[in-house]
This record gives sequence, structure tokens and C-alpha cells, in this order.
Amino acid sequence: MLVFIVRRSMQSVVVLIAMSLIVFVGVYAIGNPIDILINPQADQLERERAIAALGLDKPLWEQYSTFLKGAVTGDLGRSFVHATPALPLILERMPATLELAFAAMLIAVTIGLPLGLWAGLRPHGFAGRTIMAGSILGFSLPTFWVGLMLIMVFSVMLGWLPSNGRGPTTLLFGLVPVSFLSLDGLAHLVLPAVNLALFKLALLVRLTRAGTRETLLTDYVKFARAKGLADSRVIGVHVLRNIMIPIVTVIGLEFGSVIAFAIVTESVFAWPGMGKLLIDSINLLDRPVIVSYLLVIVVLFILINLVVDIVYSALDPRVRIADARG
Amino acid sequence: MMAAPSPAAISPAPPPAATGPLRRVLVEFAEDPVAITGAVLLALIVLAALFAPWLSPQNPYDLAQLDVMDGKLPPGARSATGQLFWLGTDDQGRDMLSAILYGLRISLVVGAASTVIALALGLAVGLTAAYAGGRLESVLMRIVDIQLSFPAILIALILIAVLGQGTGKVIAALVTVQWAYYARTVRGAALVEKRKEYLEAARCLALSPLRIVLRHLLPNCMPPMIVVATVQVAAAIALEATLSFLGLGLPITEPSLGLLIANGYQYLLSGKYWISFFPGVALVLTIVSINLVADRLRDVLNPRLTR
Amino acid sequence: MALARSGPVLVVEGLRTHFFTRAGVVKAVDDVSFTLARGEVMGLVGESGSGKSVTGYSLMGLVDPPGRIVAGRIVLDGTDLRALPPAAMRHIRGNRVAMIFQDPMMTLNPVLRIDTQMIEAILAHDDVSPAAARARAREALVKVGIASPDERLAAYPHQFSGGMRQRVAIAIALLNRPDLIVADEPTTALDVTIQGQILYEMQKVARESGTALIWITHDLSVVAGLADRVCVMYAGRIVEEGTCEDVLGRPAHPYTQGLLDSVPANHRPGERLRQIPGMTPSLVDLPPGCAFRERCTYADEACLATPAMRPAGGPGQAVRCAHPLISLF
Repeated sequence: MLVFIVRRSMQSVVVLIAMSLIVFVGVYAIGNPIDILINPQADQLERERAIAALGLDKPLWEQYSTFLKGAVTGDLGRSFVHATPALPLILERMPATLELAFAAMLIAVTIGLPLGLWAGLRPHGFAGRTIMAGSILGFSLPTFWVGLMLIMVFSVMLGWLPSNGRGPTTLLFGLVPVSFLSLDGLAHLVLPAVNLALFKLALLVRLTRAGTRETLLTDYVKFARAKGLADSRVIGVHVLRNIMIPIVTVIGLEFGSVIAFAIVTESVFAWPGMGKLLIDSINLLDRPVIVSYLLVIVVLFILINLVVDIVYSALDPRVRIADARG
Repeated sequence: MMAAPSPAAISPAPPPAATGPLRRVLVEFAEDPVAITGAVLLALIVLAALFAPWLSPQNPYDLAQLDVMDGKLPPGARSATGQLFWLGTDDQGRDMLSAILYGLRISLVVGAASTVIALALGLAVGLTAAYAGGRLESVLMRIVDIQLSFPAILIALILIAVLGQGTGKVIAALVTVQWAYYARTVRGAALVEKRKEYLEAARCLALSPLRIVLRHLLPNCMPPMIVVATVQVAAAIALEATLSFLGLGLPITEPSLGLLIANGYQYLLSGKYWISFFPGVALVLTIVSINLVADRLRDVLNPRLTR
Repeated sequence: MALARSGPVLVVEGLRTHFFTRAGVVKAVDDVSFTLARGEVMGLVGESGSGKSVTGYSLMGLVDPPGRIVAGRIVLDGTDLRALPPAAMRHIRGNRVAMIFQDPMMTLNPVLRIDTQMIEAILAHDDVSPAAARARAREALVKVGIASPDERLAAYPHQFSGGMRQRVAIAIALLNRPDLIVADEPTTALDVTIQGQILYEMQKVARESGTALIWITHDLSVVAGLADRVCVMYAGRIVEEGTCEDVLGRPAHPYTQGLLDSVPANHRPGERLRQIPGMTPSLVDLPPGCAFRERCTYADEACLATPAMRPAGGPGQAVRCAHPLISLF
């Protein structure tokens, strides 16, 4: 297991280096780095100073090493708008986005799994059909519009839940500011999290249903029933353990997509996360922040992939043992 | 009595030769009432978008026809001149029904155009990869894999951030997001086809590669491509609406449904729901109807296709 | 089984299992009756699609929709299984009647350890401690000839060969000392050498524990070495039954004769193999009459009526044919 983790981590580092090269080529070689990294409002003197400071007059390979050095030390340029280093600006917003994403994923899993299981066990029943019809709707409704409708119904008409911001935050472990620990903060979290969860919920319903139907037909489920096991054990252990493997993989991989879609939800609910910052930065042409966001997202995605692979191998004995031997 | 085993009995369920494949698809498609509902709804929406200038009570972008005094009227209200606003008006006194019909037009055109371009691009890349094989194939498919591992919205946003805004650039972003799906699907289908014997025969006849690809590979890749394309049109329309809503999509001179919704966002909190609500309903109906059709097409054309 | 009970362990009467598909009603099992004595080994022989596997599933109460048992009685030791509520039937499965499947690569759950899959089968029926259940699982593995059982218990299915997996499946079937084991072609997917071992093992444990065995197969040579009695199925019906020697030595039904003729071992080298002409009929809306008549050289108008089972040849031999090859008269 340890060998596996070490090997996968090394692979991740390789991917990370490759991605940094792509980002570098995108920003420095294809685009004009002077336009991207230096404030267009700067005067001539300031521009030249910045070019020298960023090493833009040096050959490309040297620029890459400077860029890498900057990336490793966490120096990815300064925000034009906030006049502070770009990377800390993003990292500061990260807890808000992660909290939202985790909450959304939690909602999607706790509701989507049982519904999908139900629909898979009784695919032709009324409930099964209704659940599937609902999942098509969940796929079709654009996230931002659902967000607006949630605000319209629950904030404007009913007045039950707040429609923007994080509310008061509490420090978790004395380090990370989170909303969900106070009642008011939790109330602020509900609508955005539900909004962000909807699409993944529909996806999980479909995935669980398909997996359940397929697994129910396998010989090992028939054999489990032939052993005289109770239905609860056949479904809860034999079926669920097997469909959990693809589901956990998808949950993990979709987590990255949830963070990306948080851009939309954060904009609708004025949730102060990285996504909102990205949209603001794009609108204000604050390019160092955009580049930093990109690198942070790439690192996040690689980390997520790594964790998914490790969890996957823990769940599926075939992978684990093959790897330990190989 | 002795019946000799017929070849038809050995190969499971051969397609009936008397009816063409298109006919079979249409007949099977029509077996599902939900899919029929979706198809009819979609047809109505497309017709409404096509004939928007004739159906709309007013031209929503002819400023001479607008009166700010009619601004933010609720659905069913009448203007000073007695004109009925079925779905209310926006802040500039624009009839929402007219704005929606025109907006629908723009959304559909952008969605369809980007899908057609992406389809052509994806077909070219996928077929090239499948036919050429070797190093070229692995490089092309690696690019596809890397792109598909990032969410579409992220790629589109970054492209807009780098390229800047404008209709052409939005379409370019939508194409970039989509082409990889087609490339992957078409390569998968083409590889299956490539292993079959008739292609070997075609090669032995020394037919030109282009002819083999176009006459033999391409037609067999079409069923899964149609399914993916249907799903992707819906996805493209939704993505364009999202970009426009975020203020990074189409310019104000070409107000798609997303922009109309964004425009009404600020009035939503004061209870003037209709400015955002009705364009959203139009958007959702469009996407739902396309997805219903796609769902059925998936069953009919390729039961084992998974995305 | 401290108390030796008398009477047959299983009586099946007029069993009909039909599948209600969109294309029509498939009468997979249509009026099947047989009796099984305690500890008896019965071969249930037929081509694929003859309804032999569905008969097995029907005994287990494991027929899935759109299939349903529509008529008949399945009496196990005096209890009519069809009259039992689902919870009681669950206690029969794996306890009094066990089943072994065809493909050992597919019957064990790939993500659960062997011990989990064995112990759960014991705990489903017996209120014993997990430690006691584990000891019983270990014992069962030893009984089917698996070396180093402790190590094997902690392993996952994919670490076993096909033959080993089938031994594990047999061990699971034996765990609760059932009265009857239904074995659905358990050796078909295995190498010939492994096949022999499994057959021997199976026969041994059945004899030792007094378990009756229904061995479903399409392979007459397997039946010849194993079974006391044979039932031949065709298109959902039993067309011939009797002792192994009678049915295989002096078949009364033209179909049985055809099956025997197509076994290569029954021919001299160089002689042409005979085959049964035609195909197994589709079971959708099968017309009345003898289902084999389309392929039968002896068929005439008499075959348009469904023939009844009638005695033929040896003691206990019976045949469903208007023109049996051997008759009592």
C-alpha cells in the first residue's frame, strides 16, 4: 500500500511539472506575458522595471526556471487590483469554496445514493420512474437559474433563508474559517450548497441506478441470495460494496468539477470564494490572479486524482494486490 | 419433417432488411411517449425561434418602440397605448415575450453553430487518430484525455479570460470545450469498425484512405455521434447561457437568454421575478426537450453507449 | 441429521415456470414432475434452453421477473415450498437446499474476502458465534480438499484458480449440511482434469453427508459416471427418465438416442458422428404436441397431441413419446 502511494505521488509530481509547463507556455510563449502580467495602466518606467523584475528580457528557458522558482516559493505575481501577492489572495478564499463544495457533495451523496439504489431495485415502479425523470430535470436545469429560483422562493417569497454571503464564520481547529458551525452561517450555506449539489445529485442517481441494475444480474448476487442471506445483507453488502467502487471514483473526480462549478454558484449567491474572485478578476483584467487561480486549480485536481486512486485501491482488492505484487 | 438450420437463426436478431435503419429508428423512437413530447416541444421551440420576428408583438431592440414608462410592468399588464404584455416588461419597458423569442433565436444559433463546428473538428481528429494509429493516435488521444479531465466551464472561462469577449470568441470557446467529446466517441466507434473484415477487404482492394474513411468508417460512426451531438447542443446552450449570465458571454447587442436572466437578477430581490423567470423557463424547456430526445436516441441508436 | 427420516427428500409435481416477455409467454418449464430419494444423485440433462437451469432456480425460489412459477408443487421433506412466506423460504435457501452455479469465476463476490462470504452463509441460518462459524467454514474448506485453509479464508476470490473457486462454492453449499444441493453445470467452465477432481469430490461429500444432488448438465458423459438416475429435458418438459443404465444404455426417446449418438466416445474412430437435425425450438408460444417432432425421424400425426409420460423399458424408466424406441408392450 505504501509503495503504491509513493509511486502514485511521484506520478503526480510528473503531471504537475507537465501542467506547469503548459501554463507557462500558455502565458509566456503564446500570449504576450507583458500584457498578461503587467498592469496596462502602468507607465513606461514602471513597465521596464517590471519587465526586468519578472525577467521577461531573458531567454525562455531561464524565464521558465524563474517561473518555476516563483511557483514553488508561492510567488506568482501581484494582483493589479488588490496590490497584494496573488497566491495568498486565492488561498485566503479557498476555505469558503472548499466548504461549499464539501457541503454540496455531501448533499448529493446522501440523497443521490439512496434514490439511485431505490430506482435501481425497482426500475419499472412508479417511484423508480419518477426518480429518473427527476434526474433528467436535474441534468437539464442550468445551475445559475436554479440558484436564482432558490433565492426567489426561499429568500424573497418565503423569507426563510439568506441569499448572499457566508454569514458569520467560526475558526475550525483554530485555523480555517467555516460557516457551518454557527446557526446563522449554516443558514447561509444551505441555498448555495443545494444549488451546487443538484447536478451531481442527478449524476449520482443515474450512476447508482445503472450500477445497481447491472450488479443485481451478476451471478455473485444470485449466489448470495441462494445462500439464504436477507435482502438487506444482499443489497447492503454484496450490491453496495461493488457499486461503491465506481461511485467513489466518480465522486472523487467530480469533486474537481464541483469546485469549478462553484464559480457559478458563488457568483449567484455572492459567496466569497475563489470562483467569485476569478470572475471578478476576469472582469477587471487582473491577470496574475487568473494565472494563480489556474495553477491552484491544477494542483487541486492532481491532488484529488491522487486521493481517488488511493481510495480506489483500498476499495478494490484486485487493484491493491496486483499493485503490491507488481 | 426436417428443417435445416438457417443462418438467420444462428446470428441473434438480424435487422429486418425490408425496412431501412432510419425507419427502424423512427419507429422505435416513437414508442416512447415522453420522447415524443420532448420532440414536439423542441420542434415548437425551434419554430418559435425561427419565426420570432413575425410572432413577437414588438421588435424588442427597436428603441423607438420602447417606452421607459412601461418599465418593469408585471405579466398581463397593459401599456399606456393599450398594448398587452403577456409576460411583463423589463426595466426599459421591453416586452419580455418578444425579448425571449429573439433571445431564444440567438441561444439556438450559437449552440447549433458551435456544435456543428466542434462536430466537424472532432470527426476529423477522431477519424485521423483511428485510421492513422501509432504515435499520432496516442498524442491526439492524450490531448483529448487531458482536456476532458477538466470541467467544461473552467476551460471556457479561461479561454474567455485569455481571448477576450465577443460572439466569435464565445463560439470558439464552446467549440474548444466540445470537440474532445466527439473525437473520443468517433475514435471509439471507428476502432470497432476498423477491426471488421470488410475494411480489411476494402484495403486489399487498394481503395484510397480518404475513400475508406469517408465511405466506410464515417457512416458507421454516425449513430453514437448523433447521440453525443444531441446531448452536446443542450450542454452548449446551457454553457453559453451561463457565460452570458456571468457577464463573460455574448455582448449586450446580442442578448441571449442568459443575458436576459442576468438582466433581471437585480430586480429579483425586489420581487419582480418575471424579468429573470420567464427567460429561464424558455431556457429550461429548450434544454429539457433536447435531453429527452437525446435520452431516447441513446436507447434506440446505441444501447451500450455511456458518456 | 441425527434423525433418519423416511420418504423422498423432494417431490416436484406439475411445475410450470413461465416468463412473461414482450415477445410472448416463454414456457421455460412446462409440467415437470420428479421425485428424489434421500442421498440420491439425479442428472438433469438437456441442451441449453431446455429449461433445466430454470427448473433449478424454481426449486430455490430464485426465479426473477418477468419469470414466475405459475403452477405445481415443490415439496421438500413434506413442506410445500411454494406455500411458504418469503422469510421462511429464505431460511430454506442455503440451509436445506443449496445451489452451485456454472461459472466459478463469477459466483464469488470479487470485493469480499472468502471468510466473509462463508461466515455470512452460516450466520444467516444459525445463531452461532462468529468464531464458531469461522471454525465451521474452515472445516468445510478442508472437506473439499483445500490446503492451508486459514490462509485461504483471508484471501480474495481473484487469488484463486477457477477450480479452487468452485471448491469454495461447494464448501459454501455444504456449510449448513443441506438435504439437497442443486448443481447447475458446475464443471462446464473448468479444465477436463479439474472437472474430474470436482466430480469426484462432489460425489464423495454427497455420499458422506447423505445429501441428495441434482446435477444439471448438457454432458451425458458426466452423468454416466455420477448419477443414480437421469431426467432428460427438452423444450421445458421431461421427455425421459430412469436409472442411468437404462436411459443411457437403452434409451426410449428418439431425442435421448440423438443425444447419445452425438457423443464422440460412443463411436468407432473414423465413423461419422451423427447429429440431431434442426434447432431447439423457440419456447415463445410453443404449439401443443411433441416439441421434438420437427426434428424427429419417427414423427407422424400422433405427435400433434402432447404425449403423456408412460412406462418404458427398465424399472422406473418412463418416456414422453408416441413412438418410444423401447416399450413395455
